[in-house]
Amino acid sequence: MAGKTLFDKVWDAHVVDTVPNGPQVLYIDKHLIHEVTSPQAFSELEERGIPVARPDQIVATADHNTPTIDQHLPVRDLLSRNQLKQLTENCEKHGITLYGLGHKYNGIVHVMAPELGITQPGMTMVCGDSHTSTHGAFGTIAFGIGTSQVAQVFASQCLLLTKPKSLRVNVNGKLKPNVLPKDVILYVISQIGTNAGTGYFCEYAGNVFEEMSMEGRMTVCNMSIEMGARGGMIAPDQTTFDYVKGREFAPEGAEWDKKLEYLKTLPTDADAVFDKEYSFDASQIEPMVTYGTNPGMGIKVTGTIPDKDDVNLEKALAYMNFKKGESLIDKPINYVFIGSCTNSRIEDFRIAANFVKGKQKAANVNAWLVPGSQQVAKQLVEEGLDKVFTEAGFALRQPGCSACLAMNDDKIPEGEYCVSTSNRNFEGRQGQGARTILASPLMAAATAVAGKITDITKQLN
Amino acid sequence: MEKFIKLTDTAVPLPIENIDTDQIIPARFLKSTDKQGFGDNVFRDWRYDHEGNENKDFVLNDDTYGGSILVAGDNFGCGSSREHAAWAIAGYGFKVVISSFFADIFKGNALNNGILPIQVTPEYLKELLQIIKEKPETKLTIDLENQVLSSPAGELEFEIDPYKKVCMINGYDDIDFLISKKDKIEAFERERSF
Repeated sequence: MAGKTLFDKVWDAHVVDTVPNGPQVLYIDKHLIHEVTSPQAFSELEERGIPVARPDQIVATADHNTPTIDQHLPVRDLLSRNQLKQLTENCEKHGITLYGLGHKYNGIVHVMAPELGITQPGMTMVCGDSHTSTHGAFGTIAFGIGTSQVAQVFASQCLLLTKPKSLRVNVNGKLKPNVLPKDVILYVISQIGTNAGTGYFCEYAGNVFEEMSMEGRMTVCNMSIEMGARGGMIAPDQTTFDYVKGREFAPEGAEWDKKLEYLKTLPTDADAVFDKEYSFDASQIEPMVTYGTNPGMGIKVTGTIPDKDDVNLEKALAYMNFKKGESLIDKPINYVFIGSCTNSRIEDFRIAANFVKGKQKAANVNAWLVPGSQQVAKQLVEEGLDKVFTEAGFALRQPGCSACLAMNDDKIPEGEYCVSTSNRNFEGRQGQGARTILASPLMAAATAVAGKITDITKQLN
Repeated sequence: MEKFIKLTDTAVPLPIENIDTDQIIPARFLKSTDKQGFGDNVFRDWRYDHEGNENKDFVLNDDTYGGSILVAGDNFGCGSSREHAAWAIAGYGFKVVISSFFADIFKGNALNNGILPIQVTPEYLKELLQIIKEKPETKLTIDLENQVLSSPAGELEFEIDPYKKVCMINGYDDIDFLISKKDKIEAFERERSF
């Protein structure tokens, strides 16, 4: 019998029951919730008179629909305020821990849970948000669910699921200087497309991921859904253990030691076979930018937009107001957003600050920095990065999802380009008619300083 | 959940690939705390311009086409997990979505809301879209019991998870099933080592 994959081992350890010729009942260790995708699930339970089964395994935060300025004041938008109020009431009623607006642990769900040690290797985790794949960086089975499934987990702490197929993405070799985890994942998606992972759960393997920090691994796993995969995982190793150990909600003492022994057995067996596998040479990857309206439409910053007959490409370019065959270098950019569950961790801001230090933001640029959590915001101040940014003319805001999905007032105006460290360049994602160019925090910082897209490889050499 | 057994109706063609859930229902409409009203804003930014006027060339504003079946391009429903997309599709009145490929989360959300996603081959989809374009009055029949889609493009057997099929036909959802597993779930919690 062939060996087991990391995914198999974690999955099999959580199967409660199997429906003959049907799905399996999978136990969920941690359920993260937020204000946008939970209210209808609470209502569903109430209508049916069902209690929340395991409130102590649920953690709530407010992030999607929150302002990023003046968080101490009442939320101005009435609908948003009502949604936040409902979350507070629902959590109080059902005994669920909520890190609401202003709480020291508040933040984007996929930033705050890992940094507090809520996310732990070997777990199963879900959230009504597709970027739950982020937590896979810890060797966790983590994936986004719909609101009906949020209700199912409320009711039973389980989900009915069919085991997905297995996919492995290998990246080996030496990365060029200033090629960041964001570039790696944008490159992979540009090569295999936005639906290559649909029906699969992905494992990222190879020295490139092994050498990445936890922040970098989170950036990679975060975007698994952008290639269609419900989740992406990286085998837990010493980097993972060092990150988790000692965090607020991480296991301690003998419990941790015992767990560690188990976690070390999780990496994929050498003889395990994947349903699909891709391999890439790290040295081929360069700083990336997207030119179109899905995350697969990416090119290296020194490259040119594909010149081919394709109605989808033409539709995307019409929206972006770009032409086939052209380069994006020197395109004027008026908006830069550094934030989102993809790139709003301390490491992302360190990289941006390191570039920005001693420079000035270009006059034409509105540069928004939105830390992923209160903890990240605090760390920015402790490390003096806030000063670096404000002296350079950047606007440092308060934590939240912000302009990644523009549910709050942080919207990019119609027709404007935004170089964004977020995860989706869909039409209208950052505001009606807004045009998103996805990139790394370094590319974003360089764009803010230059006021246009620049060949960062040249600048840094 | 409403039962789904058999349906015969005309279809609306939307031959765009990679339709993401942000297009189906933009994020600014996700502030509601119930499931009602999302149908009014389905494909909002394709249906209306910024002043709220109808875009005449968008298919939902074209009286030539109608019906409760949506026929859409490859990789339908990718992106955000928002179930609001399924509520918007259902709220508008669609009961079936036909495509050559569905994103995972949308597919699950659709089935949990009584919308049947039917995956066909790219060739079948292309022919079906052409037929509907030429003859908008074309009727399609979906027989869930036998898992057959019938149209002038041919009879096609489609796949559906057997458990989900039972749920759709009977209007069941997963909550009752999961609650019925309470003893096994508690036993799992007691016996697991990690």
